[in-house]
Amino acid sequence: MRRSRITAVTIALGTLLALVAGTDVGRVGAQQCPKGKLRLYTSWPMQGAMLPEGTGMKNGVELAVSEVNGVVAGYCLEIVGLDDASPQTGKWDGAVEAENANKAVADPLAIVYIGTYNSGAAKVSIPITNRAHMAQVTPANTYPGLTKKRGAAPGEPEIYRPGGFVNYFRPIPADDIQGAVGAKWAKRLGAKKVYILNDQELYGKGIADVFEATAKKIGLPVVANEGMDWKQPDQKPLLTKIRASGADLVYLGGVIETGAQVVIRQMKEVGLTAPRTRFMGPDGLLEEELLKGATCDAALATDMRVTFAGLPFEKMRGIGARTYETYKSKYGKEPTSYALYAAEGGRVIVAAIRRAAPEIERAKDVTGKREAVRRAIASTKNFEGINGKWSFDENGDVDYDTMSGFKAVKADTPVGCKFQFETILE
Amino acid sequence: MTWWEVLVQQTINGLTRGAVFALIALGYTMVYGIIELINFAHGDVFMLGLFISLAWFTLLGVTRTLTAWQLVTVLPLVFVLTMLSTAVLNVAIDRAAYRPLRRSPRLAPLITAIGVSFMLENVALLWKGPAPIAYPDVFPSVDILRDWFGVDSAIFVTTKDVLVVAATVPLMLALQWFVTRTTWGKAMRATAQDRETAAAMGINVERTIVLTFFLGGALAGAAGLIQGMYYNIGQWWMGYQAGLRAFTAAVLGGIGNMPGAALGGLFIGFLSAWSDQYISARWTNALVFSILILVLVFRPHGLLGERTADKV
Repeated sequence: MRRSRITAVTIALGTLLALVAGTDVGRVGAQQCPKGKLRLYTSWPMQGAMLPEGTGMKNGVELAVSEVNGVVAGYCLEIVGLDDASPQTGKWDGAVEAENANKAVADPLAIVYIGTYNSGAAKVSIPITNRAHMAQVTPANTYPGLTKKRGAAPGEPEIYRPGGFVNYFRPIPADDIQGAVGAKWAKRLGAKKVYILNDQELYGKGIADVFEATAKKIGLPVVANEGMDWKQPDQKPLLTKIRASGADLVYLGGVIETGAQVVIRQMKEVGLTAPRTRFMGPDGLLEEELLKGATCDAALATDMRVTFAGLPFEKMRGIGARTYETYKSKYGKEPTSYALYAAEGGRVIVAAIRRAAPEIERAKDVTGKREAVRRAIASTKNFEGINGKWSFDENGDVDYDTMSGFKAVKADTPVGCKFQFETILE
Repeated sequence: MTWWEVLVQQTINGLTRGAVFALIALGYTMVYGIIELINFAHGDVFMLGLFISLAWFTLLGVTRTLTAWQLVTVLPLVFVLTMLSTAVLNVAIDRAAYRPLRRSPRLAPLITAIGVSFMLENVALLWKGPAPIAYPDVFPSVDILRDWFGVDSAIFVTTKDVLVVAATVPLMLALQWFVTRTTWGKAMRATAQDRETAAAMGINVERTIVLTFFLGGALAGAAGLIQGMYYNIGQWWMGYQAGLRAFTAAVLGGIGNMPGAALGGLFIGFLSAWSDQYISARWTNALVFSILILVLVFRPHGLLGERTADKV
């Protein structure tokens, strides 16, 4: 589909209005709300260090709503922006997040809840919106346990669904997908034997386990998937064992805070270097701080590679590329990390409201209206998204696994090296 | 790698790991020997030793690998400055936190020690922030077998490994000599045996305790500097982790016994390296502490410790 999204939307909207109202196609775009108002609530931190990202996501939602001039199937959309950070700490706060969700649920015009930024905050608000049959769409949460069992803690995700149905949707790939994509990439890079390490934490272990499962499925031998004591500043014995095992790729499921620097640095010290042995990890390691701590020497010697969920904005194609350009021209700056995912979420909601319009009208009460939209969002299929075409699966997750691969390369930066986009992984 | 190359390599890994534990363990065991206090803040003094040594390096203008000339001038200077700083810090901790409680029940200073530990951690947190700090590669790392002897072996021994052993062994020997051969050392041993009698014999017990904290702090500082140069990473909570291992080493060797602490440190170093290789890194902590329990069941006074039943 190479047609402009905006044209498509306008045509669709025009047709719909013509059908519903029977007249006056020319008045599309005028702020008229024959069927009344629907409110979209957003909730994420909007202060301190989070202000840029929070504003970026808010812009994203606005972008999606402005594409239809704020009117869908006769309903005017209104965005109500809430802040879930506590003024004392400047960080997300469970109590504030609960208050926000309750506020949204109590508003008879509220139809969808958009948020949160922090996965921990989502744990608080999902059950609240679930009880009200209100759909919740996140632009940023990537913790797997919010939607699925893979990479989750015991009891997840059911504990977030007191109503027994899915009301939480994320148009962004969850963390565990990275393990799967990483394994395929490792094979493509010519790895013959992988040694997996994990930090024994939720994120790292989850990704490492998925990497292991995928590697075995695609015929990439795995020596072990070993939990390490990351608080120990010395991983030389473990790395010596890896050297003795003859593995040619070390995959580390972990984040920058859980010993990755030590592992990469000491890989070089025990002679685990390319071309004999290389290093790969998930996006928790995609930080310049890591290169600084591990030293560029070691990062380059181990031919370090890192996967990243989704595509970098400048590599997006089709609708993604156009969204990126529209955002830049509308707001005069680069989108923040999750701004375009917020736009994607907004579009999913707009499309769902359009499809659910007849049911919304028929619904007897506000719960019925919300339920109609929730069902419509859940049934999103073949959506033209920024990373390509996708559908929601039964958990409310996207079904695409488009990722990008980064590699540590020499650079003229104060650190001396940087992560550079290498390839698109699918 | 053949099986013996793996074993040799892991033994070298264990030796360097254990040497640092041993150095920290000595501080624990000395203080326990003198005032029967498990100084939980000791690990954090070690952590601050790493931070302080980095500050001295920065102050002396060293941010890159030391040259040969600097190795014989700047490095010993930083050793002395760091050891002095942590020694003074340790004495100050004793003066402010433990000395007022000298005659209180043993539980009081113990809990105070935990409090001091938290305070030191928070000082480090304020000073350097929560993220891991990168310790610059000040000590040159040369692959000895390959670069100096031209031997292409699967075994890696770097100058850093040599540094750890070359710095810790003389320190331990010097301490042993000090305690067994000097008058002050004699006073320390006497105080450890029986504080009241030692005082009655004219030994200045308070001064001896200060001396003990001074020596323990100096060793912790040296360990911090060595760890910084060897592992190139530091973080505010690392003292707790290292302290726990070192305390285990001290108990294993027989708390209060100095050669025992050194032995215990090395033992844990070897054991954990071998366990990482032959069992699994995930089980290493469990194994180390199981061995500790077994030793305590069959030799309650540790590997080298003396019976203390009559010392009530």
